[in-house]
Amino acid sequence: MALADKDRIFTNVYGFQPWNLKEAQARGAWDDTKALIARGRDAIIDEMKASGLRGRGGAGFPTGMKWSFMPKQPPLDQAGNPKPSFLVINADESEPGSCKDREIMRHDPHLLLEGALVAGFAMGARAAYIYIRGEYIREAETLFAARDEAYAAGLLGKNASGSGYDFDVFVHRGAGAYICGEETAMIESLEGKKGQPRLKPPFPAGAGLYGCPTTVNNVESIAVAPTILRRGAAWFSSFGRENNKGTKLFQISGHVNRPCVVEEEMSIPFSELIERHCGGIRGGRDNLLAVIPGGSSVPLVPASQIWDAPMDFDGLKAVGSGLGTAAVIVMDKSTDIVRAISRISYFYKHESCGQCTPCREGTGWMWRMMERLRTGDAAIEEIDMLQQVTKQVEGHTICALGDAAAWPIQGLIKHFRPELERRIEERLGGIAVAAE
Amino acid sequence: MPKVKVDGVEIEVPAGATVLQAAELAGKEIPRFCYHERLSIAGNCRMCLVEVKPGPPKPQASCALPAADGQEIRTDSEMVKKAREGVMEFLLINHPLDCPICDQGGECDLQDQSVAYGRGGSRYHENKRAVTEKYMGPLIKTQMTRCIHCTRCVRFSEEIAGVDEIGALYRGESMQITTYLEHAAKHEMSANVIDLCPVGALTSRPYAFEARPWELKKTLGIDVSDATGSNIRIDARGREVLRVLPRNNDDVNEEWLSDKARFQVDGLVKRRLDKPYLRRDGKLAPASWNEAFAAVATLNPGASIAAVAGDMVDCETMFAAKALVGTLGSTLLEGRQTGMDYDTSSLAGVNFNTTFAGIETADVILIVGSNVRWEAPVVNVRLRKAVKRGAKVFLVGPEWETTFGGEFLSEDLSVLGSLPQQVTEAFGAAKRPAMIVGGAALGRGGLEAALSLAGQFNLVRNLEDGSAWNGFNVLHMAASRMGGLMLGYAQKGGIADIAAAKPKVLLSLGADEVDYTRFADSMIVYIGHHGDKGAHAADVILPASAYTEKAGTYVNTEGRVQFSDKAVFAPGDAREDWTILRALADAFGVSVGFDSFDQLRAAMVAQVPALGVEGLADYGTALPSGGLSASGAIAYPIKDFYMTNPIARASATMQRCSAELLHGEEFAEAAE
Repeated sequence: MALADKDRIFTNVYGFQPWNLKEAQARGAWDDTKALIARGRDAIIDEMKASGLRGRGGAGFPTGMKWSFMPKQPPLDQAGNPKPSFLVINADESEPGSCKDREIMRHDPHLLLEGALVAGFAMGARAAYIYIRGEYIREAETLFAARDEAYAAGLLGKNASGSGYDFDVFVHRGAGAYICGEETAMIESLEGKKGQPRLKPPFPAGAGLYGCPTTVNNVESIAVAPTILRRGAAWFSSFGRENNKGTKLFQISGHVNRPCVVEEEMSIPFSELIERHCGGIRGGRDNLLAVIPGGSSVPLVPASQIWDAPMDFDGLKAVGSGLGTAAVIVMDKSTDIVRAISRISYFYKHESCGQCTPCREGTGWMWRMMERLRTGDAAIEEIDMLQQVTKQVEGHTICALGDAAAWPIQGLIKHFRPELERRIEERLGGIAVAAE
Repeated sequence: MPKVKVDGVEIEVPAGATVLQAAELAGKEIPRFCYHERLSIAGNCRMCLVEVKPGPPKPQASCALPAADGQEIRTDSEMVKKAREGVMEFLLINHPLDCPICDQGGECDLQDQSVAYGRGGSRYHENKRAVTEKYMGPLIKTQMTRCIHCTRCVRFSEEIAGVDEIGALYRGESMQITTYLEHAAKHEMSANVIDLCPVGALTSRPYAFEARPWELKKTLGIDVSDATGSNIRIDARGREVLRVLPRNNDDVNEEWLSDKARFQVDGLVKRRLDKPYLRRDGKLAPASWNEAFAAVATLNPGASIAAVAGDMVDCETMFAAKALVGTLGSTLLEGRQTGMDYDTSSLAGVNFNTTFAGIETADVILIVGSNVRWEAPVVNVRLRKAVKRGAKVFLVGPEWETTFGGEFLSEDLSVLGSLPQQVTEAFGAAKRPAMIVGGAALGRGGLEAALSLAGQFNLVRNLEDGSAWNGFNVLHMAASRMGGLMLGYAQKGGIADIAAAKPKVLLSLGADEVDYTRFADSMIVYIGHHGDKGAHAADVILPASAYTEKAGTYVNTEGRVQFSDKAVFAPGDAREDWTILRALADAFGVSVGFDSFDQLRAAMVAQVPALGVEGLADYGTALPSGGLSASGAIAYPIKDFYMTNPIARASATMQRCSAELLHGEEFAEAAE
């Protein structure tokens, strides 16, 4: 049972129709947003909670609960004036393998803008900042234009959509740093500072952008909100397994016959996702080597374990990985798996912000060791040492980039240790022969 | 007050304490690099990780985690040990193993903590990182390969100094700490980053490769480069002072020190007066002590003798001179060398009554005629703190670059008579109003006008909590000023009175700012340590000791009595000042009533009891009413921060700072 067309939230994800306001409205966006807002803050948040929507940015934190953390009464500043609240929308989609937010922003930007208004109202925010990845130039242009359309139509700004609520949306372009996708680093960057994650606590809901209560949400989490409210929590939660409700944009890349971005219901088995939408694995099922199911920062899963796994938060956790952003990277047997992971290690070394010690020093060390393991220029004991180093990084850092750098290597060692040892032995054998 | 358990021992900690502070209260040492009590929390070194329950199953940075009721903190578990070893290993993989040639060696946090918490050996076999050299000016030597990116220096310049001049470039492994465009750090507190740096990345340039910390004799002293009386530690080897470091004193300098106080000490071995001189045929020629004494004694001045105290002398020297002059029948004593003659009948009226720690809590501050950054850098830090807490600051005087904002009202003193409305309104609404009168405003009726404003704004009051508040402050610039005033070094008409008395002998106690042309008929006996302006004008030079070479009592501008110890001996034939004055008494054939330093001190304390007690002297709270109107453009007396006293003027380091930082001269870097 695949997701029926009538149940799709992103009806223009392939861009077969124009993105503009008129067409978007024809598809159902901005349809009586006033009525949604008229339900009131608590009703919206309750509906979101009931829908079981979990954040689509990777960590999977329940969205409705996140919104409910925003203070009902604004805190006061030093002079006794109430502080405004902000919604920050994370469009800094930089995770290798991830490309869902991009499709939303270039083909269905009005879903995002409407979601911004509804979510912003639900949390009492004064304005939303959409922080868009610097490399997304055309997407940013579309977003700017869509925002201007919405303002011109009175959907945003003063008395947004006739609801009596004043709400502004600002689009801010990043400058190409992966770490600015971390929520507190994004806030720092928005404030004009060096993009480095903040210590938590305090959490952004207490003191975020400019010290004011702030919620940071992924583009997809925000864009699905209006549809959930219109069609009801029960509809949304009818998809997927318990605790993993709803529909989700999956992005399948790599060695499949037809890589694609597709909206599917959660918990769809990996095999069905690949066979139905991607035309199967290149070279057939037996040619599958491993899958990175959630973007570069989750551990890989070997072919034998992934095939029947349900694609959701808990199902992938059970096979030692995670759903992440549902960026499924498929690798067949032609892949040099060590080189692939080494390249991912280089990415994290390159993108570490340098603020805290384990990540700053550890990512470089791990990458250098991975490079040696790639050619077998190492000792067998160094595999265990590398494992220890990843454990020394994991859980010791300010943000999750340290974990993200450690997990792919841990996955490699867990599932492909024989391959690592083979390379080392082959090289040692070669040297022994040469020496004679 | 939350109760927490640290390694099984339950203790109560103050509300708002962090887990790190809680562990320290329980007597557990927590290793750290980035955490510093006086800076904001960065939490980036990850060395202070501890295990905390309840919480996620991973170690937590204790410096940033608030202590909460019922927490179980473990600093001795296997998880914590592993975490510390791991972080230590990461810190060391790219840290060069150059301890033998590193100036931080022996007082390096990284060295100490790697011994205590690190692994036995390294597992890192890749190439180490190297970082290009950065230029941070004539005071701070950099070796950025050693940097562990704790960002203490960045936070200091941003938060304490208030000058955004140090920051981080690039990211990840390539992150580098540098000054903006590699310009020299120009703040007058800049060298404090040397103390803050936990490794050898930022070290002292003038002290580079001079000594190891264990070779140095450490003496507790008081700084005399300004009137704040910063607490210092004088590090000497043999007869030479090699460096000066700040000491912790929350009431005075916290743990900061101005660059001048820290680096003027190389001037202590230059241009020194190390033997007596006599003016013969218009030229100064070396002489023996006996010849010098004889030359003064034969003049037989009787009561026609006066003493002028310099800016850096201690109370004992001033008292000895006062005793000698008094025994001869004269009362001509003055310390205000440049001719100021403000009323000193009430010392509360010329004192920094609020105290430095108190000024932090003021909510409205009016600064009249003081460039605080140059006149008292450690007070400027306090003002910045006050503003961060919400204080409003108004300034009268030519504009200078404040580190705390503030509104400049006028360059002319006359504005005190007609303050703008926003100032009077602010003072009217203020709970803890304060006023700071600087040296530039003390003359021309400025003090009196300020005192009448103090009465008008009710600066002396009882606060709501019942404690007393005195918001009237005078910020002096001479370390000897308050001590001198307590000892009576003030004539009604200032130094003009002394010139008018035409004394036969003028004892100049290291007084280098006096206009000696007014004393052309007097025999000028210069008792001081540097061949500066006073020595040039002198007829007899009796070589004396600098502040590091004698024990002494100093009173800072708050009226805080502090004692300083002797670190080294004076060079050559130079003697401690009081012994010279005692010998001079013999030459005159009079008795001053003391034969030892202890007797001198006892006599001084008998006369001015407050000088015998360390701490704030009590001048009462009654301020004179003042009243005269003031007018005239304000001109700050300090034209060059690095050249304000004879020691600094003799110091090559201070000369270079002046040339490079203030006058923009370029210095070629020696190729390394």
